[in-house]
Amino acid sequence: MTAAPSPELRLLGREIPYIEGPLKVSGRSEYTDDIKRPGMLVGKLLRAPWAHAKLLRVDVTKARAFPGVFAVLTGEKYPTPFGVLPITKDETAIAVDRARYIGDIIAAVAAQDELTAERALALVEIEVELLPEYSDPRVGRTRVDVPIHEKGLNHSNIQKEVVQHFGDVDAAFRDAAATVRVRASFAGVTHAFTEPQCTVAEATPDGRLTVWSSTQVPHYLHRALSEVLRLPMHRIRVVKPEVGGGFGGKSDPLPHEIACAALALETGRPVKILFDRDEVFLTNHGRHPTFNEVRIASTADGQLLGYDIEALIEGGAWSSFGTVTTYYNGVMAMGPYALPSFRYKGQRVFTNRPPSGAMRAHGGTNIRYSVEVGLDELAEKLNLDPFDLRSRNALPPHSTTVNEFRVTSTSFLRCLEAVRERSGWAEKWRRLPYGHGVGLGCGFYISGSNSPIHFTPKMPQCTVHLKADMDGGITVHCMQADIGQGSNTLLAAIVAEVVGVSLDRIHISPVDSDVTPVDIGSYSSRVTFMMGNAARKAAEGLRDRLLDATHQLTGYPRDALRVGVERYEVVHRPDIGATYLEALHQAIQSTGAVQSTGAYISPPVGGTFKGARAGTAPAYSFAAYVAQVAVDDETGVYDVEKVWAAFDCGRPLNRLAVEGQIQGSIHMGLGQFMGESMDYRGTRLMNPSLLDYKIIMPHQMPEVECLLVGEDDPEGPFGAKEAGEGPLVATLPAAANALYDAVGVRFYDLPVTPDRVLKGLDRRRAESRVWKGH
Amino acid sequence: MSTQRVLRLSINGQPVEVPSPPERILLDLLREDLNLTGTKRGCDLGTCGCCTVLLDGRPTLSCLTLAVLAEGKAITTIEGVASATELHRVQKSFVEHGATQCGFCTPGFVLSAVALLRDHPHASRAEVVDAISGNLCRCTGYSKIIEAILAARPAGTA
Repeated sequence: MTAAPSPELRLLGREIPYIEGPLKVSGRSEYTDDIKRPGMLVGKLLRAPWAHAKLLRVDVTKARAFPGVFAVLTGEKYPTPFGVLPITKDETAIAVDRARYIGDIIAAVAAQDELTAERALALVEIEVELLPEYSDPRVGRTRVDVPIHEKGLNHSNIQKEVVQHFGDVDAAFRDAAATVRVRASFAGVTHAFTEPQCTVAEATPDGRLTVWSSTQVPHYLHRALSEVLRLPMHRIRVVKPEVGGGFGGKSDPLPHEIACAALALETGRPVKILFDRDEVFLTNHGRHPTFNEVRIASTADGQLLGYDIEALIEGGAWSSFGTVTTYYNGVMAMGPYALPSFRYKGQRVFTNRPPSGAMRAHGGTNIRYSVEVGLDELAEKLNLDPFDLRSRNALPPHSTTVNEFRVTSTSFLRCLEAVRERSGWAEKWRRLPYGHGVGLGCGFYISGSNSPIHFTPKMPQCTVHLKADMDGGITVHCMQADIGQGSNTLLAAIVAEVVGVSLDRIHISPVDSDVTPVDIGSYSSRVTFMMGNAARKAAEGLRDRLLDATHQLTGYPRDALRVGVERYEVVHRPDIGATYLEALHQAIQSTGAVQSTGAYISPPVGGTFKGARAGTAPAYSFAAYVAQVAVDDETGVYDVEKVWAAFDCGRPLNRLAVEGQIQGSIHMGLGQFMGESMDYRGTRLMNPSLLDYKIIMPHQMPEVECLLVGEDDPEGPFGAKEAGEGPLVATLPAAANALYDAVGVRFYDLPVTPDRVLKGLDRRRAESRVWKGH
Repeated sequence: MSTQRVLRLSINGQPVEVPSPPERILLDLLREDLNLTGTKRGCDLGTCGCCTVLLDGRPTLSCLTLAVLAEGKAITTIEGVASATELHRVQKSFVEHGATQCGFCTPGFVLSAVALLRDHPHASRAEVVDAISGNLCRCTGYSKIIEAILAARPAGTA
C-alpha cells in the first residue's frame, strides 16, 4: 500500500531517527527554562481578576519599594500595540487603560526570587471601573454598550467579517435534487503542549538585547520586540532553544515575551519569566469556539453543486491570527472536492475571554467536520456509498478551484482507494453489529501559506546557509523552528543526501538571529516545503563546488562526474574520483571554508479579489481516513478502536516523522472530538489545568495504520508536501460518521462526551427510529 | 524564611549534601539547586508526569514530593539512566523508534519505562500502557512510545 522509497535516494524516504533524539532521551536538550544566566532575576506577571475593566489607577509605589524588587512595569512605558498580523495590532505587552479578560497582564515585576516577586505583586494597588462583560459571541454581533475594542464594526464586538460568493449558489440550490444542512457547535480547545511558555532576556552594556524564548516563530517575535521596545532589529538577538511543543500556541509574539525583555532593559539584569500551567491556559490562542452551518446542494447522482456556509467564531480578547481564521473557516472547505459554487459568510467576534488564535489545522478543522458529516448525510439521502460520493467529486490534479486556488498534485483518489481497501470497508460499513461502526472522513490542507505575513513575497520566506570547513563538517544555518516535528533532521538529511555525505557530518546550528538567516517559522505547515526547497538549493551549490574541485583533481569534466557516498567519481570509471574530504580541501584552497546559500520564494498564485490570498499555498495535502468505533449504549462510553489514515504528503521524506505527525494529529483531533473543552462559566475559564482539561490518555489512543500513498508534488522538495496539520482534519468527521454507523445518531455538538451520546440515543428512541435492529 | 538544614541525599548513586528549607520540593532542588535540568517542570500539579524521577526505583512525581522525604532513598533522575558511554536500551529504543518529538515529556516516559521493564521485563502491551498512564505526551499520540518500550523488552518476548 505504501510506496517504496526511491532507489535513487540514500536517506530521504526512509525512516530517519531524529538527530537530537539521543539528547532528548537523556535529558540533555536545553529548553528555555534550563537556561541560567549570572545574576538572573525572576519575572512575574500580575494578571487581571476582572474580565472587563477600565484601569483607573495602577500604583506600583509600594511594590517597587519592596526589598529584593528590581523593577515593576505597568502598561504606559511600552504602550505600542503589536500583533502577529500587521493589520490588527491590538495587543500590548502590559495592559494599557483596560483589562479585557481574566488573565490580562496588568503589571510585571522582576525580583531576586519568586517569593519576593509574588509579594511585590500583592502590593500593587489598583482601582478599576468594571465594564460590561461579554462572553457570548452571538451577543457581540450587534451594538453593545462598551465594545471590547474601539474598532468593532458598528459599535459591536465584531473583529472581522468576511462575505464571499463564487459561482451562483442560489441557482445551485434551486436546481439541486438533494440538499443537506448541518448546524454544529464546537467548544474551544487549546494546544496543551507540555512545556509552559518561558522567556529569558538579557540587556548588556554594549547596547544589545538577547531574548531566548519558547517560540515557534522567532522572526515575528524579533519584529515585535523591535517595534514595541523601539530598538532596531540588529540590536536584538533572538535565540530559540529546544521548544516543548507549540501546535500554534507559540506562534504569535506573546505579551510576556516583550514584558520580559522590557524588565531586562529596565534592570540591566537577565530576567526569566516561566508560566504556571494556569497561565498557559489563560494565554490560550487556541482553536476558536465556533458555530457553523453548512448547506450542501447536489444532483441526484451526487455531483456537488455548491456549498453555502456561515460561521461564527469567538475570538476572545485579541485579534491574533483572527482575520486569517475568519477566512479559513470558509475557504478551507474548497477541497478536496470540485465545487462549481460557494458562498461564505464568516464573523469573528471579540469576547472577554482568553484570546483564540492558531491551533494545528488552523481554521480548517471545524468547517471540515460539518462538511464531512454533511456529505455522509448526503450519501445516505442519495443511497450512495460515502466513498463513491467523494471519489465522484474529487478535485482533479492541476486544476483551479472556483475561488482561484491553484491545485497542483493531488493523490486524493489514491487515498480513497487505499483506505477503502485496507479498512475492509465493504465488509464493515452498515454491516457491523449494533454498537459497532466505521466512518469515512476526508480533508485537505495548505502546504504552507503562500504569503509571508510581514513582507511581500519578493523576499524569501526561507534562506539556508551552509558552511563546510577543514574539519569536514557541514554547518547548516537557518531560522526554521524545530518544535519537535523533526525539521532539523529533515534539514540535515536533505543536505547529506544532496552532497553525498553521511548524516553525522551535518551540524544544525541553533536558531539565533545573529547567525541564522530568516525563515518565517513553524506555522501553516510550511517548513518541509519551503525550508526543504531552500536547503536543496543550498546543498546543490555546495555539491557543485565539490564537483568542480573533483574536476580539478581528476581532470575529468564536470558532466562526467557523479555524487557517490562520501565520494565524487567518474560515471564510467567509478574507480577514479576524489573522496569528499579531498574534494573539500581542494575547494578550500581557493576560498577558505566553502559556503553556499539557497532560498525559497513562493510562486505567484491565487486571485486578486479582497481576501484572495487566504488559503493559497504552493501545494495542498490530502487525506482520507476511516475510523472504527465501539459504543456501549448503556453508558455512552465509546472506544475509537482503529484509524486507517491514508495521507497524501507527496513523497514522505522521513517516514518516522510523517507517521509521528499523523499519530499525533489523530491524538489531537480525537481529543477535540471526544472530550477536550475550554469550559467557561461566563468569562471565567473553569478548567485551566491538565487534570480538568482532558487530553487523550494512552489507553484511549486507537491503533493507527498510516497509508502514505502520495505521488510526487512537482514543486515540493523531492516531491514532498506537508504532514503537520492536514493529518488532523479528517479525524473528527471519520469518528462522527463511525458513531452514526454504530448507533444511528448524528452528533452536532463537540466534544461528543458520553452524556451527549446517551442523550443522542434517547433522542433516536423518542423518534422511534430503529438502527440495526435496536 | 524558614530555617535551612542540610539534606543528605543519594542521587544517581552519588551522595549529595544540599542545604535546604523544609518546604523545598524535590523538583526545585534537582533543577535549581543541583542543576539537574533533565527533570522537567510541566505543571507543578502532578498532572503531566514530566517531572518523574525514581525513588527507590519507583516512578515518583518530583513536583509533589518534599525533598526531605527523599532522604534515605535512592533518587534516580534521567541523568542517571545512561552509563558514561552508552544509552540505556530503553533510551536507544526511543531514539530508533522516533518516540521523541518535542522531547519535553521524554525523560518522564523513559523513567516510567525503565522502572516497568526492570520489574517486568516481559511486560505486555496493556502493562506498558498502564505504566505510562501517569505521563502525558501531546506530540506522539503515544504510538511510537509504546512501540519503543515494547521493542526494548528482551528478544523473543511475545
